[in-house]
Amino acid sequence: MSLGPAEVAKIAHLARLAIAESDVPAYARNLSSILELVARMDAVDTTGVEPLAHPLDMVQRLRADEVTEADRRDDFQSLAPQVEAGLYLVPRVIE
Amino acid sequence: MEWEAVIGLEIHTQLATKSKIFSGAPTAYGAEPNTQACAIDLGLPGVLPVVNAEAVRMAVMFGLAVDATIAPRSVFARKNYFYPDLPKGYQISQYELPVVAHGRLDITLADGSHKRIGITRAHLEEDAGKSLHEDFHGMTGVDLNRAGTPLLEIVSEPDLRSAQEAVAYMKKVHQIVVYLGICDGNLQEGSFRCDANVSVRRKGATAFGTRAEIKNINSFRFVERAIEHEIERQVELLEGGGQVVQETRLYDPDRDETRPMRSKEEANDYRYFPDPDLLPLELDAACVAAARAALPELPDARRARFVEAFGLSPQDAEALTASRPFADYFEALVAAVGGDAKLCANWMMGEFAAALNRAGLDVTASPLGPARLAGVLQRLRDGTLSGKLAKEVFDAVWAGEGDADAVIAARGLRQITDSGAIEAIVAEVIAAHPKQAEQYRAGQEKLFGFFVGQVMKASRGKANPQQVNDLLAARLKG
Amino acid sequence: MHHLTLAELAAGLAAGDFSSRELTETLLNRVQAHDGDLNSFITVCPERALAQADAADARRAAGRAGPLTGLPVAHKDIFCTRGLRTSAGSKMLDAFVAPYDATVVERLDAAGMVLLGKTNMDEFAMGSSNESSHYGPVRNPWDTATVPGGSSGGSAAALAARLVPAATGTDTGGSIRQPAALSGITGLKPTYGRVSRWGMIAYASSLDQGGPMARSAEDCALLLGAMAGFDPRDSTSAQVPVPDYAAALGGELAGLRIGLPREYFGAGLDADVARAVEAAIDEYRRLGATLVEVSLPSTELAIPAYYVIAPSEASSNLARFDGVRYGHRCAAPRDLHDLYTRSRGEGFGAEVKRRIMVGTYALSAGYYDAYYLKAQRIRRLIRDEFLRAFETVDVLMGPTSPSVAFGLGEKADDPIALYLADIYTVAVNLAGLPAISLPCGFKQGLPVGLQIIGRHFDEARLLAVAHRYQQVTDWHRRAPAGYA
Repeated sequence: MSLGPAEVAKIAHLARLAIAESDVPAYARNLSSILELVARMDAVDTTGVEPLAHPLDMVQRLRADEVTEADRRDDFQSLAPQVEAGLYLVPRVIE
Repeated sequence: MEWEAVIGLEIHTQLATKSKIFSGAPTAYGAEPNTQACAIDLGLPGVLPVVNAEAVRMAVMFGLAVDATIAPRSVFARKNYFYPDLPKGYQISQYELPVVAHGRLDITLADGSHKRIGITRAHLEEDAGKSLHEDFHGMTGVDLNRAGTPLLEIVSEPDLRSAQEAVAYMKKVHQIVVYLGICDGNLQEGSFRCDANVSVRRKGATAFGTRAEIKNINSFRFVERAIEHEIERQVELLEGGGQVVQETRLYDPDRDETRPMRSKEEANDYRYFPDPDLLPLELDAACVAAARAALPELPDARRARFVEAFGLSPQDAEALTASRPFADYFEALVAAVGGDAKLCANWMMGEFAAALNRAGLDVTASPLGPARLAGVLQRLRDGTLSGKLAKEVFDAVWAGEGDADAVIAARGLRQITDSGAIEAIVAEVIAAHPKQAEQYRAGQEKLFGFFVGQVMKASRGKANPQQVNDLLAARLKG
Repeated sequence: MHHLTLAELAAGLAAGDFSSRELTETLLNRVQAHDGDLNSFITVCPERALAQADAADARRAAGRAGPLTGLPVAHKDIFCTRGLRTSAGSKMLDAFVAPYDATVVERLDAAGMVLLGKTNMDEFAMGSSNESSHYGPVRNPWDTATVPGGSSGGSAAALAARLVPAATGTDTGGSIRQPAALSGITGLKPTYGRVSRWGMIAYASSLDQGGPMARSAEDCALLLGAMAGFDPRDSTSAQVPVPDYAAALGGELAGLRIGLPREYFGAGLDADVARAVEAAIDEYRRLGATLVEVSLPSTELAIPAYYVIAPSEASSNLARFDGVRYGHRCAAPRDLHDLYTRSRGEGFGAEVKRRIMVGTYALSAGYYDAYYLKAQRIRRLIRDEFLRAFETVDVLMGPTSPSVAFGLGEKADDPIALYLADIYTVAVNLAGLPAISLPCGFKQGLPVGLQIIGRHFDEARLLAVAHRYQQVTDWHRRAPAGYA
């Protein structure tokens, strides 16, 4: 499986990563070689094998419905690049 | 050419938990921006979700209420996309294995007949925050208080064939979730929202047409209008030789139109996969049985019981069971009155509903409890009050002047049933209007009403109307 | 006192030979003197450390000291530390001061340990050479022209250089064990779910596991006892009791059945590394263990499966870094899309971007089944092979890494070569098993690591088996020249 510049651009867009034009060929090369490595999986027949998402066969534990978190807006917003009136600001969103 | 609409609804109900679905932050509506968004809701680095038991229990209750299958094992998945109101860059939802599947409910159509609507699935997920588009120097503000509020997304089969059916279905789901106490049902605050998938096809066709998804519909009225507009738009498009494009459209209630959503223009690739921070949700039979035991009587069953036990018409029973508190009030009223459900029903749907409506109150906020209303109805039943007087007493009791007996005593409103007293008034009235009496006897029978009016006026409305009728008739023949 | 192990330092503190303040000052001075060359720390916090040391001394004076009270530790900079920068080795989080502590940090704090600082690491734990850090590569104290391994390379190098007696690491595909091997120290990757992931910045959630790094198995046992345990804030945290690891260290090896996976001694393994590992296994035989050859036929599929699963999870885990609520934000974004792409493009380094793109691709429409699901199926094959092997043996042994430390920059342009070097470690993460790496020799002055893999939640046995070896050998006591 080999990726060309157009596919790299498409993936980068989906992942919201700005990639410099000049870096695209290197990414295309690297990603292609990773996919080649990954393609070794095809060597084994996994028909009938259930996918395993977690190594241990544990099930979800449930939390009691209780409010445990206090307001820490000031703490959290001190980390933010741009806030106003308690809101996080982003460039205008058009729906 | 005849067209038929094919509609499926995705209803998002906010579950009425105290804390969020994956964090211990509060879910209360209307707080200062971002004061109810904890580290987990904000998607800070290193935080992890843990599932709220109550949200799961509520989903199970809904599933049981619509005769659905409760999945013994369901899986939380991540839906990946970037948006400012989605802090983690993914929404935790359920995808391949939802907690509820294969349900159904019956809606009542305009002609009184019922139609069964399939519920494909209902799954748990987290709500997103809100983008505020007021102008912050040309920027958008993001409030993440709502992020992580538990949602149950209820997806119908494309079984609906008109905007009216869609509204009936939406109202039915609303009624059920409010009955179950799993959603506050507040459409204005966004606790109950709806997306509609709409397509049209030629009548008789079996294949579906291309559908458009309409987002952002948050009232029953808008659902009807948005769908009607969308159907019209698609029919016009097709009749003009055009094609419907599969897209997401936004309903704009101000302009009463749907338009394509800019933010959804590019085809999304959500890259769903099982959330590795969460484990499979397993619900055993005991857990489902506990939820079943906690189920309240549901609207359909209650309606049937009202018809059966109280001898009400299906229409009355439907109106009385529209909301759980209204039906509860009715049952308490019947018990307090000691029978005569029909009278209770008429008053509930008549005077009482009108008074609530005038005051803009929900039944739960009524100044008049069932016992007080029963007091009025008891005096009506035992003949103390005429219907007219009962209305006057009701208004006074509603206004807080005391219970029925206190109002009757204070205002001297006891009905006159002593036939001697009524007869005296009747005689007086006839004597005072000899000309009309003569005309009546000459055949102008419509004058009877005039005499009734005069007698009631003279008795200040207190004379028993039936006795007035009987005595007047006898005397006038005279 | 810097050459003493954690256990020895604990004894010294308990005996009153020195105070925690003296110990802390000594080590802070060592960091000051040596870390300019090694770059093993991203952040050093002397004031906080001395305050904690004084508090620990006061606690001891009050008779309330625990076994770890007053002992210095360094946390990999992937564990959130309240009030202290937590960077994950990334420009993205260069200015991120965590508003909460990771559970691991909280627990070691509560035990009275003294935090010296945060150690360098591959960016977001993606790497095995510690060259992808935004803060520059870490150098291996055994030969500063070589890498210390990664991604917990800062912790490993600081331990090897005797700058700290204890450190934390995280292991997603070998990130504790491989740097432990390449830097000549002892590191344990616990069973998945044994140590809480709360506050540990996620790389690949179903594989990540925090664990202890130290200079001996005994020290790891002490640390793990304090780190491990159920945490209600982590859904994947196991509700399995924590044994007294230190108490379980005694005991002989007679009857121990050691499995030797055929696939771990095949082509690609450096001959000198093989010799050192085989010598160690021979030592175990002499100590009374039985050796059993086993087979893990899917071993070579572990790397391809890992490089689908880990990047897939990472592509989603790292989506939160969007320049909105925290982290790097690009200057003057034109619009929302520009804000996202440039903030992320500038904030992430090349290896992180590569893995995000691989994961994005593997999960995308049309490829999910062929990549992600296929990898998860292989994951089951791998786990089940391990479980079958453990029906006949108690532990598995083999090399941690196919070679010793390589030169800085040597594999920088060849991600695949780096990935392939994870051959003996990644399968363990896919299966969620515990494994320990301990020093077992040298090749031309560079350490070789022996890996011991155990059953789920069988850390006590791994530690005991490793400890027994360290009682009869002194590889773990050797210090690099200039750092003794």
